[in-house]
Amino acid sequence: MTTLTAATRTKVLQRQGSAVALVLVVAVSWLVFPRFGSLDNLRDLALQGSFLAVIALGMTFVIITGGIDLSVGSVYALGGVLAAWGSQHGFLVALALPLVVCAGIGLVNGLLIARTNMAPFIVTLASLLFARGLLLVITDEGAITYQIPPDSAFVELGRGTVFGFGYPIFVAAALCVLGGAVLNRTSFGQNVFATGGAEQSAILMGVPVARTKIGVYTASGTLAGLAGALTAAYLQSGVTVIGVGTELDAIAVVVIGGTLLTGGTGTVLGTVIGVGLIKVIQNVINQIGTLDSNYQSVVSGVFLLVVVVLQRVLRR
Amino acid sequence: MTLTATRTRWLQDNGVYVAVVALLLFNAVFTANFLTLGNFRTQLVQAAPVLIVALGMALVIGTEGVDLSVGAVMALAAAIIPLYLGAGPVPAVLMALVAGLVAGLFNGFLVAKVGIQPIVATLALLVGGRGLALVIANGQLVGLHDPAFLALGTDDVLGIPISVLIAVVLAVAVAALTNRTTFGRQLVAVGGNRRAAALAGLPVDRVLIGVYTLCGVLAAVSGVLATSRLGASDPADMGLLMELSAITAVVVGGTPLTGGKVRVLGTVMGVVLMQLVRATLIKHDLPDSIAQMIQAAIIVAAVYVARERR
Repeated sequence: MTTLTAATRTKVLQRQGSAVALVLVVAVSWLVFPRFGSLDNLRDLALQGSFLAVIALGMTFVIITGGIDLSVGSVYALGGVLAAWGSQHGFLVALALPLVVCAGIGLVNGLLIARTNMAPFIVTLASLLFARGLLLVITDEGAITYQIPPDSAFVELGRGTVFGFGYPIFVAAALCVLGGAVLNRTSFGQNVFATGGAEQSAILMGVPVARTKIGVYTASGTLAGLAGALTAAYLQSGVTVIGVGTELDAIAVVVIGGTLLTGGTGTVLGTVIGVGLIKVIQNVINQIGTLDSNYQSVVSGVFLLVVVVLQRVLRR
Repeated sequence: MTLTATRTRWLQDNGVYVAVVALLLFNAVFTANFLTLGNFRTQLVQAAPVLIVALGMALVIGTEGVDLSVGAVMALAAAIIPLYLGAGPVPAVLMALVAGLVAGLFNGFLVAKVGIQPIVATLALLVGGRGLALVIANGQLVGLHDPAFLALGTDDVLGIPISVLIAVVLAVAVAALTNRTTFGRQLVAVGGNRRAAALAGLPVDRVLIGVYTLCGVLAAVSGVLATSRLGASDPADMGLLMELSAITAVVVGGTPLTGGKVRVLGTVMGVVLMQLVRATLIKHDLPDSIAQMIQAAIIVAAVYVARERR
């Protein structure tokens, strides 16, 4: 390519913008905080990011279709509790139960959104409440925290390591590669873009819009459930209070990664970079011992703001 | 129109009123001590802060927007009150309202001038606002002892709790604003079709900024009243998930998320309905888990009935 049109240049800048920011933030943190670059800290950082990355991967697909999934935080918590509850019946149940139930919730989301013309915001708001309610039913109103037997194979899934890097990191990485391939190299991925780009035209062109929507919401539910199962395996218990507000973290990292909430464009790589940015910033704030942890959310909010304003300005 | 179509249309417009009446009748018959003055007082006092936030939310949703930051703004208001209470209750309340005003202006500016989608623009303040409130308050819960300020949440005027009175006055004011003023008509026009409104020469940016500012101020009012009733400044919990309660009430009340229409009385009824549902479930000793699932079902049912058909 010898000449870049202004549009492509802006696009490149948009996409590379968050990558450049990530490199800068990492470089500065490395120089300023001696402990930041330690292998232990990097392993911890990657592990913390992997759970959010799995959830945000599903959210990326949903947002590219022009939708939103507010239920993922509750579904994430539900997945963890189901995994811990199921672990007394063995590895397979511990893994399959959260995936099946959470896929079911995602499927219902998708069916309601695709078949009844109800707003994704409201449908998934309702399932946010529903999933949290279901979690409370299973845990006797939050009084029971199911423990996972420490010697079980399922705990290994969350705590096992290769060169010190936890299994969840590899699961998240594999899923993101797979997700990127599905998005860019399959007809389903094309349908996802078409649905979010111009829904009416997509319908007229014969794109199976309804099926595509059902697919992305089911995937989003399943991935949130899997992230919950991995978290439970890592924590060795089904913690009932996690996941409150996680949907907002997931939306934030997707947006920071350059995926537009209007739908039609977006990348998995951007989302991964978004996860990296948020986690590195949180990590750095934790390293500054004198700053209290409330600054984390202030900085995250400011950061989100800067990114969306920049995106907007670059798009003009 | 066929009879069925007319009936569906009627149900779409009036479903929330039918549901409220049905729940009232149900409780009158099956719930002990429901028809008492004390119970109505409790229910109304609990509903007042939600209603005040929902009024602002209804206006924002009318412009095809949404304000996710209302709970964080309530927390900011709560955090600011103890800072200025030493100078008296009036400066403290005023400063809290100014915080809401600034937050709303900020949201409105991002939406109108920068052109950021409302959900993202207000998400930034949701994420950062509560953190800021906690930083201001040093993460502490502060007990408040100023009698004049506490009276706001506990005293009556003419036998009606002050917070309920304020909520009713604000509801009437917002209804008048929507139905009887130029601003109200412009708001609906902007929500119906922003481009067309701009082409018709309406001050789109000013309307949007005005609406978000109003929503921010109303959220701060709600935060002030809730703080006064609590008798403590609690930025960690104040208004948590309020954005979802407010949006639910507005949507259940028949204001579509697609904008172009604001139903103020419907919003009031939406708040009353969700409050009644919660009260009914609690009074019949249903656990929180079942209560949440029933609320989810009601939201879906309400929106299903009111949805626009293809």
